[in-house]
Parts: sequence; structure tokens; C-alpha cells
Amino acid sequence: MDWVQLWEITTLPDNVPIVLLILVIPFYTWYGLRQAFANDRLIDSLEADPEMAKTHHRKTQPWKPGWAREVQVWPYLLRMEFLVAIIVTFILMVWSITLDAPLEEPANPSLTMNPAKAPWYFLGLQEMLVYFDPWMAGVVLPTLILVGLMVIPYMDTNPLGNGYYTYKQRKFAIWAFFFGFIVLWLSMVVIGTFIRGPGWIWFWPGQTWDHNKLIFEANRDLPDMLGITSMLGKSLFGGAVVGLFAVVTALGVHKLFTWNAFNRKIYNRMSLIQYLLLQFFLVTMMLLPAKMVARLLFRIKYVWVTPWFNI
Amino acid sequence: MADDLKERKPGGKATALIDGVLKEVKGLKDKALDDVQSLKKPQKTQLFKSIFRVTHDEKPRNRALGILSNVFLHLHPAKINRDAVAYNYTWGMGGITFYLFIVLTFTGVLLMFYYHPTKVQAFRDILYLEHDVPFGKLLRNMHRWAAHLMIITVWLHMFRVFLTGSYKKPREFNWMVGVILMLLTMLLSFTGYLLPDDQLGFWAVTVGTNMARATPLLGHEGPLGPEFGMTAFNDVRFALLGGSIVDSNALLRAYIWHCIAIPLIAGIFMAVHFWRVRKDGGISGPAPVMLESEIKEPRRF
Repeated sequence: MDWVQLWEITTLPDNVPIVLLILVIPFYTWYGLRQAFANDRLIDSLEADPEMAKTHHRKTQPWKPGWAREVQVWPYLLRMEFLVAIIVTFILMVWSITLDAPLEEPANPSLTMNPAKAPWYFLGLQEMLVYFDPWMAGVVLPTLILVGLMVIPYMDTNPLGNGYYTYKQRKFAIWAFFFGFIVLWLSMVVIGTFIRGPGWIWFWPGQTWDHNKLIFEANRDLPDMLGITSMLGKSLFGGAVVGLFAVVTALGVHKLFTWNAFNRKIYNRMSLIQYLLLQFFLVTMMLLPAKMVARLLFRIKYVWVTPWFNI
Repeated sequence: MADDLKERKPGGKATALIDGVLKEVKGLKDKALDDVQSLKKPQKTQLFKSIFRVTHDEKPRNRALGILSNVFLHLHPAKINRDAVAYNYTWGMGGITFYLFIVLTFTGVLLMFYYHPTKVQAFRDILYLEHDVPFGKLLRNMHRWAAHLMIITVWLHMFRVFLTGSYKKPREFNWMVGVILMLLTMLLSFTGYLLPDDQLGFWAVTVGTNMARATPLLGHEGPLGPEFGMTAFNDVRFALLGGSIVDSNALLRAYIWHCIAIPLIAGIFMAVHFWRVRKDGGISGPAPVMLESEIKEPRRF
């Protein structure tokens, strides 16, 4: 166990934001879910008691008749904003005094950095390069992530949970977002920071980053493993495998859409376009974990080999 | 004249003169007292009224006018949901992000005074900042850490907006604007990474822009790129770098994107984002919970 190196990676000035991220994401996940569960308990009791539902103010925050529903922005909001600005400034000051921004040697095109890492917030994309060719990992998938995020409001036909924390009323949406944001995006950032060493080789935390380490990974293409040699055969076989993956995943997603009566109710509200769009983005999202498993566990490089592109 | 003064006859010339002077003095004294009095009530002065228009007292009307008649504060509503001012609903992340943008603009402008975006000067300017410019190191550190922090707060803001379902009707469009702002934040940070012209920035940008080679159709190594007539000297990576390698043109382009173009674009999107927060009905909650039995049937065409 190389504690020194682990400490060095953790305290690298540019990695401090990731350490911060590892701390704040669980905190705010807990903080949000705590309020979600509190609201869920309120929803349960309101559903059990229709009379209470008519009179209750329907929030977990305290409320008494006669209280104003609104408060003046000045001073009640502005003093909060002012306070937060002071706290943030203070944190930045302390951070900037105690920790220096990194500065390496002058840029030198003939001396390659190893590992050459992107800024930490793009390490998810760089990690995707392991599993996909650059046109997929660097261009198509980032575009789809952005477009997919933008169309979320138009695909989500669930009218509940608008403006309050809830888990019970939005299980599917919350699980999908947690999976995409925390399991895929953030964990890939963490892998890219802490686990990928020289040569972008997988080093477990605490394993020494050996610059001379060579791994002769026998990464194979799926068609080659099965003895398919002709280009036509590879193209057709790969297309069939990817198509089969899409169909199976879509069926699985559909199963979740229609899991229980509530999910079916939301499903029935979807238009055909909304349904197909949501299926497309979820199936595309699942390509990444599928390819990760194929690569990390089975050492499969490409599944679909064609003269023009490989996936 | 001298006789007049000695005698001080009522109605005499000298008396009239002295009375006149005394009157003048008393008048001046009263004016001075008025001015001193006005210092006790600065809100009554012409100066104050011309700047602030409303007095700062605790009348609800004046508190509301204080927000509405101030160009910096008028993005706020005059009143807000009593539960929304508590930290636990919004986490304050959108506001912190905007504040960090202001901090970055401020420190960024100061840094620009000491920086030349040329291959000869750029790295030396950073050394100069770190070792000779008063508070130069603090300035650079603060710019760097505020940039990193801003990315974290943008992500947390998006996380909160998702968890509270705030992207739902009628705020769908503003969510889209927000996603674009998140992209712009990351691009701002990325273009700034190259500017110190050190190994870290150089290789990070090399890795990043190499991906652009592989753009389908528009990159010379991407699917169908060569068929589309792309070479290393006319593809999208060439356009980003102003050349086929990360060199002086790339530095200049990164500088202009970082300091002028993206902040301007982000400013426009921010204006839309804040405007729409208000126009879409203000902050989304905490809203009263809705029950499953209250779902209305969707409208069909």
C-alpha cells in the first residue's frame, strides 16, 4: 500500500476540487433525500386522510393561520445573499492563501506529460476514450449528454414533484438521474483522477504508479473471438449484436416504465415521440456501462467493426 | 464716521450697518445649523434622494420600492415565499454560481493587466505574477479556485433543480438555458486552462482538442471525415486551434474565447436565465405537495 503516493494524488492542488466534490455530493444527496422522505411521509398521511388533505398547508415547513405566506425580499432574502457572499469570499480567501495554483514547466511539445490528463471536470470524457473511439467518446456522446439533459423536461410526463423534494412520486426519474450523474459521470471523474496512472493504466488506489509498467492487454474484437473473418460478416454481426443490445435494453426500460400502476399511469401520458426519445437516450446511456463491463471484464475492444467506424 | 460709531444713535448709519451684519451672521448660523441638522437625517438630503429615490425605513412599501427601484436588486421580486428564504430548499447554489462569476470577472480583469497572450510572454507573465506583482499570486490562486468551485456549484445547482422537479412546467425552457450555461462554464474553465502556457495546460488542451479530429464529417480522422474532404489543415480542430498544432494561434484564440467571447455569450444567457426565473413565476418552491389522485388528464390535440 503506497500511502505516500495516495496522499500526493489527493493533495495535488488541482485534485482538491474533486476531493471537495466527493465530500459535498454525498452531503447534498443526503440533504435533498432527507427532505424528500419528509415530504413523502406527509404525502402518505394526506393520502390516508382526505379531510386533512383539504385543510393542510401541504408543506413540511411550519405554518399557522394568520402567518403571511410571503416575506419581504429586503431584508429576509438579501441578508441571506449578503451572508452567503461573505462566507464564499472567506472560503476563497483562505483557500487561495493556503494553496497555490499549479504551474508546471513551460509548455514543451517534445516532452509528453505522462499521464496527460484533461482538467478534472472533463476526465469523464477522457475515461470514455478507453471504451469508445474518439468520435464517440469525444464528440457524439458529449453532444448526446447535453441534448439529453436539455430535453429532460419534455420527456418527463410526470406532473408530480414540481417544486418540492420527493422520492416516492418520482422514483424512476430520480434513479435515472442518480445513475447518470453519480454512477456514470462522477465515478468516471473519480476513476480518471485517482485510478488512471501513467499510460492511462488502471492502478488501484494505493498501488504505486510505475512509469515503466507495461500491460500487454490482449484486447480483442468480439467478431474475432467468434472467428468471423470477413469484413461483411463483421459488419453484419456487429450491427446485429448492437441492435440486439438496444432491443433488450429497451425492453428492460419498458418493463420499468410499466413496473407498477403509477408508472403505467405516467407511461400512458407519454406521446409516441416522448416515449421513443426517452428510450433512445436511456439505451444510449446504457451503452457506456455495457461497454465498460465488456472492456474491463472481458477485454473486448470493439463489438461492431465496419470499414468506416468501430463501436 | 468715527463719531457715528461712538454715539450709536438709534437710526444712525452705524447702527444700521451693525444690525445688518448681525442679521447676516444669524442667517448664516441658521443655515449652518440646518446643514448640521440635515446630517442627522441624511435621507432628507437632495443627494440621498437623487440617488436612492426611496427612504430606507421599515415601511413595507419602502422596503418593496428599495428592491424595485434599484437596477442591481430589481431582478428580485419584492416579496418571496416565506419558506424559500431558508437555505434547505435552494442550497443557494445558483446565487453562489453567479457570485463566483462576478469574482472571476473581477480577478480576471485584474489578471489581464499583467498578461500577454503570446508564446514568448505568457509563461513569463505568470512567473512575474507569482513573484513580483503585489498580491499577484493571491489573484491567480483566487481566479483558479473560484473557477473550480464554480463548476462544482453549477453541478450542484443542476442536481437541486432536478431533485425538486423545478424543470417541470412552466420552467422547461429555463432548464435548457441552464444546460447551455453549464456547458459555457466548463468551456470557460477549459479555455483558461491553456493560458499559463505550461505543460499542464498544453497537454490538457492537446488531449481535449485531439478529440475534435475525430468529429464525424468535420474531423480529418472522424467517420466519413476524409470522404467529406477533411485534412489536418481545414477540419474543425484546425478552426479551434488556428493551426494544426497547439501553438501561438491556439493561445490567442483561447485567450479571446476566454476573456471576451464566452463571457459575453454567457452574460446574454444569464440575462435570459434570470429573466425567465421571474417570468416563469419566480422560484419554484417549496410548493405544496400534490397527490397522485389530483393528476389531471393530459390535453390531447
